[in-house]
Amino acid sequence: MARLTINGKTHSFDVDPDTPLLWAIREQVGLTGTKYGCGIAQCGACTVHIDGAPVRSCVMTVGAAEGKQITTIEGLAVNGVLSKVQKAWLENDVPQCGYCQSGMIMAVTALLKDKPKPTDADIDAAITNICRCGTFQQVREAIHAAAGA
Amino acid sequence: MNYAPKISRRSFIVSSAAVGGGLALGLNIPFGASVVRAADGSPELNAWVVIRPDDTVVIRIARSEMGQGSLTGFAQMVAEELECDWAKVTTEYPTPGQNVARKRVWGDFGTGGSRGIRTSHDYVRKGGATARVMLVQAAANEWKVPASECSVAISVITHKPSGRTTSYGKVAEAAAKLEPPKDVALKDPKDWKIIGKPLKRLDTADKLTGKQVFGADLKLPGMLNAAIKDCPVFGGKVQSYDAANASRMPGVKKVVVIDGSAVAVIADTWWHAKTALDAVDIRWDGGANTKVSSASIAEVLKEGLSAKQAFVHNQKGDAKAAIAGAAKRIEAIYAYPFQNHACMEPMNATALYTADRCEVWCPTQNGEAALAATAEASGLPVSKCDVQKVHCGGGFGRRGFTDSVRQAVLIAKQMPGTPVKLLWTREEDMLHGKYHPVMQAKLTGGLDANGNLTGLQIRLSGQSILAAVRPEAMDKGKDPFSFQGFWPAGEHSFEYTIPNVLIDHAMRNTHVPPGFWRGVNINQNAIFLECFMDELAHAAGQDALAFRRKLMAPHPKSLAVLNAVADKGGWGKPAAPGVHRGLAHFRCFGSYVAACAEISVKDGNKVKIHRIVAATDSGYAVNPAQIERQIAGSFVYGLSAVFDQECTVKDGRMEQENFHQYNSMRIAQMPKVESIVMPSGGFWGGVGEPTICVAAPAVLNAFFSATGKRIRSFPLKNHGITMV
Ligand code: FES
Ligand code: FES
Repeated sequence: MARLTINGKTHSFDVDPDTPLLWAIREQVGLTGTKYGCGIAQCGACTVHIDGAPVRSCVMTVGAAEGKQITTIEGLAVNGVLSKVQKAWLENDVPQCGYCQSGMIMAVTALLKDKPKPTDADIDAAITNICRCGTFQQVREAIHAAAGA
Repeated sequence: MNYAPKISRRSFIVSSAAVGGGLALGLNIPFGASVVRAADGSPELNAWVVIRPDDTVVIRIARSEMGQGSLTGFAQMVAEELECDWAKVTTEYPTPGQNVARKRVWGDFGTGGSRGIRTSHDYVRKGGATARVMLVQAAANEWKVPASECSVAISVITHKPSGRTTSYGKVAEAAAKLEPPKDVALKDPKDWKIIGKPLKRLDTADKLTGKQVFGADLKLPGMLNAAIKDCPVFGGKVQSYDAANASRMPGVKKVVVIDGSAVAVIADTWWHAKTALDAVDIRWDGGANTKVSSASIAEVLKEGLSAKQAFVHNQKGDAKAAIAGAAKRIEAIYAYPFQNHACMEPMNATALYTADRCEVWCPTQNGEAALAATAEASGLPVSKCDVQKVHCGGGFGRRGFTDSVRQAVLIAKQMPGTPVKLLWTREEDMLHGKYHPVMQAKLTGGLDANGNLTGLQIRLSGQSILAAVRPEAMDKGKDPFSFQGFWPAGEHSFEYTIPNVLIDHAMRNTHVPPGFWRGVNINQNAIFLECFMDELAHAAGQDALAFRRKLMAPHPKSLAVLNAVADKGGWGKPAAPGVHRGLAHFRCFGSYVAACAEISVKDGNKVKIHRIVAATDSGYAVNPAQIERQIAGSFVYGLSAVFDQECTVKDGRMEQENFHQYNSMRIAQMPKVESIVMPSGGFWGGVGEPTICVAAPAVLNAFFSATGKRIRSFPLKNHGITMV
């Protein structure tokens, strides 16, 4: 039996503790906002927060995540009110296909917690997510907008 | 032509006959015959427009949204003519099966070749206009006044003489019962209020909260999951497999062989299916293709560069003689590799099969092809099949193919009554792409004593996409799309006027399945032509812009985009220290595009792209804000490709299996993209693809300016060159 605390709620389910956190989140808990893109920590589509820090959930096991506070994209908006980053994304019309955006938003949210007014260099260093649609120009604008909000 | 995926004889009959024979799209204005209701009971004004009592306007979208924003563009076109309240617009996809049942009322579902908007703007706008006329007529009937005394704005109908008003939602029911008028006039573009505006996308909200359901996220009651491995050698088979261990693993329901070439595991969860599949011991029989390598393919292409026979597509004067007699003769050979689409969302499809019905849910660029594939794989008639289009996590041409749909149906057939979702791993996605074709080119130019280009010869040698995918669309064995940007006339026309020209293609097909990859053949053709133009200008001792302008003089639209980027890019003016510029221009998909790149190079191989100024004239610009996003996005896709991406063949299969071997650009490498959207009116050009092709040659030409080096084979990583 694994016990995971996700978005403030505890979920118990029967799963091999070696299962990647990504797949437990998607298939056991049923939260599919966290995406699979590569499975090898390359793309960032699966980014979640573990105790506030961004983690690529495809390479973390369920066992390692037990007892920690996990936040997924579904946990950012509170009572339907979008977070600062989500709002900036909406205002700047950032997503194209949207598939990478959950991971992008999670990575940016963590960055802004760490560095509320990131420079372009901070952004370059912290945001290494792949976006095949190529939304980077809007992502950068939206980060600065969120930082200024 | 439209980039539909390969269809076997049987499915071709399905899509062109049973589906309604409406291949002459846009000619038969697709309207339904009688009043139809949407699922919630709201009346349909016609196939495109449903209006709910609360004034919500539901606009039906036949083409697929895969990130390019055309869903919003279509809605703008309908809403413009409908004169409805944009704030109350929502959209929905009709299914390909409904299209069949309604005699192809929505026309073509295929979304590729940057054709979504430009091949349907006419009948889509008519859908909106016709609905508007009916709504006004219904209000006029109710008030017993002539319709000509009524006006309409933002979903409100006003009878001016009496001051009475009503809204679309109130009269929709009565309007739906009216006979649709014929030949409603469309607005003059100068009166557009919604088309041409930089409106926000309609489909953003759910992408911010994790709510958007992509194909990979689909959940159906009782659904099982499947993972698959197809023989890594294209065209190979499963020789034998041992699933004894895998079958005992948790959650595993079945291990099946698909089409003799693939092994799939069906399990309760995808992770169980995937881990069990890894435990299946599979022996592959790659057949004769195991001998093929990138080097052996390159040899075949190289031979084609000097082969006697080739398909000629653009010939004027006597290029060979002109070059032979020229004062100066320049020659260069270029080569472009196989590349995978690597859509962010790996291929997937979900199928539910029973003895008398088969239903598929999938992210697809071509709903009708997916329906045909469903019918073919299930063995059921089209009338007993349907496809629900699910949101696409990228497409770029890959999702016009239906290989994963076929596999999902064949897997589900082994589990009748249970829905099964097939999701590919990234590795499977990399090993079984529909690859950007390989191409080499020999370019030869002759300059006279004054540095004028008197003759140009381009010999292409390489793979044809159409030969593999749509042989019926070929022209007596020739693939005209190999020549994108080199056509004598038309939407991919060659825009340099040179006295003697010969452009031909020695078709050299390989066992690697090719596909339409964002931009298709413009990626390599623009590099070949535009880098060589730079080489010629340099050899002639002329400025790259002046040299092009001279040859482009008879092509004002091309000249206009080139001048626009030169102006804004500061061509001819001093750049910041260490910064070098490069230019490129192309004409494709009906549009005119150009770019001016600014780069600096450190240590001879670390390239920083500072800025790219890009211009596009697509005739009309339905949504300039989304066009700007397509331009910047296409540069990410195109620059990732030219710097980092190559699928190499070894022992008949691809070597790259994931992003660590097939890198994609990150935000740190993103240049500032300044877009000039300059629609000149009077034609409809494409938007999603054209600009992709000018980024690479502009950067390569700037690289030459910075280093004096011409790189002629790609990706640049093979030369130790990286993007920083
Ligand atoms: S899926 Fe985890 S980084 Fe790509
Ligand atoms: S928005 Fe499509 S991959 Fe980023």
